[in-house]
Amino acid sequence: MLPASQLWLIPALPLVAAAIGAAAPRTARRLPVFLALAAITGSLLLSVVALVGALAAPAAKLTANFTWFVAGSTAVRLGWLLDPLGALMSVMVCAVSVLVFIFSIAYLRADPRLGRFFTCLSLFVAAMLGLLVANSLLLLLLCWELVGLASYLLIGFWFDRPSAAAAAKKAFVITRLGDLGFLLGLLWLFQATGSSLFYDGGAGVLEAGALERLAATVLPGGWTAATGIGLLLFAGAVGKSGQFPLHVWLPDAMEGPTPVSALIHAATMVAAGVFLVARVFPLMAADQGLAAVPVHALTAVAVVGSITALLGAVLAVAQTDMKRVLAYSTVSQLGYMMLAVGVGAWVAAVFHLITHACFKALLFLGSGSVIHAAHHEQDSRRLGGLAGRMRFTYVTFLLGTGALVGLPLVFSGFWSKEAILHAAELWPVSHLPFVAGLTGVVLTAFYMTRLVCETFLGRPRGEGAEHAHESPRVMTLPLAVLAVASVAAGWIGTPAWPWLQSRLTGAPVAAQAWSDGLGLMLFSTVLVGVGIAAGWWMYGRRPRVDARALDPLAQRWPRVFAALAARLWFDELYAATLGRLLRGAAALAAWLERWVWGGVVGLTGRVAETTGEVNRAIDEDGLNTGFDRASDGLRRTAQQYSRAQTGDVQGYLRAVVVGLAVLALLLIWGGVR
Amino acid sequence: MNASMLLTGLVAVPWLGALLLGIGGSLPARAARALAVLASASTLVFGVLLLARFDPALPGLFVEQRVPWIRSLGIDYHLGLDGMGLLFVLLTGVLGPLALVTTLRRATRVRAAGAWFLLLQGSALGVFVALDFFPWFICWELSLVPAFFLIRGWGGANAGAASYRFVVFTLAGSAGLLLAFAALYAATGTMNFTDLARLRAAGELAGHLGALGAWATALAFLGVLVGLGVKAPLFPFHSWMPATYAEAPAGVSMFLTGVMSKMGVYGFFRLLWPIFPEELRAHAGPLLVMALGGVVFGALAALRSGNLRHMLAYSSLNHVSYCLLALFAVAGAGPADGVAVEAALAGALLQAFNHGLSAAALFFVAGILEQRSGGNSDFARFGGVRNAAPRFALLAGVALFSSLGLPGLNGFVGEFLIFRGVFALQPVVAAVATVALLVTAIFLLSFWQRVFHGPRAGAVAGEFADLDAAEWRVLGSLVFLMILLGVAPQLLAGLINPLATSWAASLTLP
Repeated sequence: MLPASQLWLIPALPLVAAAIGAAAPRTARRLPVFLALAAITGSLLLSVVALVGALAAPAAKLTANFTWFVAGSTAVRLGWLLDPLGALMSVMVCAVSVLVFIFSIAYLRADPRLGRFFTCLSLFVAAMLGLLVANSLLLLLLCWELVGLASYLLIGFWFDRPSAAAAAKKAFVITRLGDLGFLLGLLWLFQATGSSLFYDGGAGVLEAGALERLAATVLPGGWTAATGIGLLLFAGAVGKSGQFPLHVWLPDAMEGPTPVSALIHAATMVAAGVFLVARVFPLMAADQGLAAVPVHALTAVAVVGSITALLGAVLAVAQTDMKRVLAYSTVSQLGYMMLAVGVGAWVAAVFHLITHACFKALLFLGSGSVIHAAHHEQDSRRLGGLAGRMRFTYVTFLLGTGALVGLPLVFSGFWSKEAILHAAELWPVSHLPFVAGLTGVVLTAFYMTRLVCETFLGRPRGEGAEHAHESPRVMTLPLAVLAVASVAAGWIGTPAWPWLQSRLTGAPVAAQAWSDGLGLMLFSTVLVGVGIAAGWWMYGRRPRVDARALDPLAQRWPRVFAALAARLWFDELYAATLGRLLRGAAALAAWLERWVWGGVVGLTGRVAETTGEVNRAIDEDGLNTGFDRASDGLRRTAQQYSRAQTGDVQGYLRAVVVGLAVLALLLIWGGVR
Repeated sequence: MNASMLLTGLVAVPWLGALLLGIGGSLPARAARALAVLASASTLVFGVLLLARFDPALPGLFVEQRVPWIRSLGIDYHLGLDGMGLLFVLLTGVLGPLALVTTLRRATRVRAAGAWFLLLQGSALGVFVALDFFPWFICWELSLVPAFFLIRGWGGANAGAASYRFVVFTLAGSAGLLLAFAALYAATGTMNFTDLARLRAAGELAGHLGALGAWATALAFLGVLVGLGVKAPLFPFHSWMPATYAEAPAGVSMFLTGVMSKMGVYGFFRLLWPIFPEELRAHAGPLLVMALGGVVFGALAALRSGNLRHMLAYSSLNHVSYCLLALFAVAGAGPADGVAVEAALAGALLQAFNHGLSAAALFFVAGILEQRSGGNSDFARFGGVRNAAPRFALLAGVALFSSLGLPGLNGFVGEFLIFRGVFALQPVVAAVATVALLVTAIFLLSFWQRVFHGPRAGAVAGEFADLDAAEWRVLGSLVFLMILLGVAPQLLAGLINPLATSWAASLTLP
């Protein structure tokens, strides 16, 4: 049993590994790798111990709070929190990380900066683990920003490549845009409650007293402080979890090495946003009972989640880059999770977060295996025919696909998605999330079928695919483990045995009757079937032969396909609006600097100077009527002026020194006397 | 050594060093350098000795020396330190030697450069310990002279014009200060800060000044405001700054932005607020707008610059404006929300210290880039530095993220506390200021992407050496402090907490 006061060990182990790795000489390649693996394994064990302890008393929020520093007379307190949510997430993050770490050893074996890579990975995981066990919104923000830093370093790991450097900056800046909301929300919460601790023996911000006060603080327009804070915190989650309209950084983030993509998409980065809203769910839900609130915080979450779920799925349909398809799939799945939180089913969101972590890590590592084998070819049009050449990768990829599309009864994704759809169906406010969720089911089945057919079926359509053969054991072993998890992880939360639900909420959840929700299950199963059939019909029946051949979708709807392939021009839209606004503001600032702030000063000097020059010129012209002499005169005047100016200052300063010295002597003499 | 001797020694040793360098004509460069470093490092030793005497329970001056100096004029030799003064002394103690080493490293005329620098350092220290306007103003003015000659003699191609502008601006500001204190002296017969603050607290100052004329108070306030505003700088009195920071030698820029700009900030807290609290409150609105203007404008102008020195100058304007933003928000609000006021004040002082560290480190980085490439620090001349010089990139990266306000590094705590306080007092102002946080991230990372990432290009394409041992020591010690103070901000906060608490309660200096 790990007491809450020692929870810090979980993030501290990888953090120490990262610190030693950063200080180690660059030539030491093995040491950081070894340390990272040892640390993450240690964290995994500790997390399991913590989880066992948390499950023993799921409703008890075990905390260990401490003072970070004192500002004025007010202590700024942080703390650690042991509860099933944080502990379960820790286990998931550590487990996925262990597998990704092992995979990375082979994937980046040839990279001269392998040690650096593992140092950054350790930092990434440490920050994420700190975020999970934090009992303070401030500590959560601290770790949240460090997650951002680590993702910046890893997305831009191959910083020689301009595209990687640009993607890293884009990820950092766009998530920081959301973080501004997070910061303001935190400040507001701090001011309204005087604390940032989640649980503090009744005085925490997620406990009844503070929540009542926040919901009772009514602002103009019927808003409450709880709504405002909830929406601001959600803005942070929108940035981090790639929700519409800040989803644009996530697909670019695959500029990083593929294991990093697996981590970002499964465990360490995008999960943070969903975790945040799940963690502060009591706060998000505090305004639910109030009829006067124009928009409940959770309603906004549900709407944004629905849009994202749909948008990601639609965009995934027209991508040709393997990793890009998976990236938009992540966007879509994160939308599902947000949608679930929005309709009140945060437990379903966490359930889906965990199953998704397993199968998305599997899919990304599977694509990494393909990319590794195909000599860094990741355009599915130039792959193909890998089913026979990479049988193991193919089978595990199929299992991951089955989990993602939600093949019924066996695969984990089915159960977690059903839980979300079931909750969305019952949401009294609007049908939007339910409809978006069901539409997403068809699209998901379609684009994953398309991806599998294009990548693995048919004949090789490029150099890379032709020479591909199965990846080494170090890479396939993590695939096998994740494949098992992708199937089995769903069994912890089926309607018949809602173990996860009852553990997370800390209250027993009754098993559902089979008849309840059976219709929905059948319906969504039909939808999955429709999606797969459509995908097979277009891409599997007669697999692509030529890498340059037009996509069947593009043949039928060229305009729609082009628009989707261009990602609906979100990047262009932002560049044309926000980018231009910012550039304009900066240009205005530069103009003001030159002509107004600096100009007034310059003008005063110049007026005097010009008066002199004009006088002189008139004199010269009038007396000598010689242009040459006039310009000579001008030049001389200017020289004289510049000499006089600088000479003046030096002289003046000398006078100041001498004067001060004399004065000081006199005064000391006078004072002594 | 007794406490008052510590104060005098703190200021006198660098000056003594300057004097020795000035008269020691036959001193070899090596010995001159060693002497200069020793004299400069003495500040840190004195700072630590003073720190040992610091009493965390005492909000006011923990060391004080006051002896009559010129009785006929009522001028005292009055030195003293409270937690705030100690904070700035320690900052000078850290940055002074590092900036000096950087200045002398490749300088010609080592003796002269060292002497000017020590004169500058001693004057800055004098400003932080003097409590009577007379010695304070001597140091304030005296600091200009060495700064001018250092910029002019060891600076870049356009150093002449830049130093000229710098001096004219600052002198104009000083004239305001001098006139204001002349008025105060004429009205009250004292120029002592603590006495004036006491008079003000007792409500007698207005009467005295009113006797001079209806406008005397307003004019005196304005004079002090402008004098300090130019130095800090308070937007829009900043236009001397970019050229000065760009043309000064790197080490001098480190000191200018790290310490000299803090003289202005310090003045706001030590002079303006205690002596003119009501004027400050009456004009808090426009002043808040000016500080906010500095925050936003500084960030936007930095976004626009394609040269590291210019970018850092505007970034400094942005960072220093946060300190003033906090002060004006507090001054405008009155004793409304004690917790918020404490946070804002503590944050402002922490920010002043932390900005000193990160800005100095980044100017050092600029100096290295310039030295390696044999020219200026225009972004377009570089590319792929991280590839060529990974150790340099690691340390420079930490400094960059410290300036960006990343949690875990020193910059975060001050900014967070400022936002915490300002948000409670002026939520709209705080919300607008957060935009600058985003812009700061954009311009810092754009610089980083352009200069450090990408393939090696421009001046980096050929030979580009990583840090040598001496450079590693300078940058490494700054980075060490950034991490230390980021993780354990209590080390600094402990110095200023009693002050901030008692300020928040009474809104005057204890």
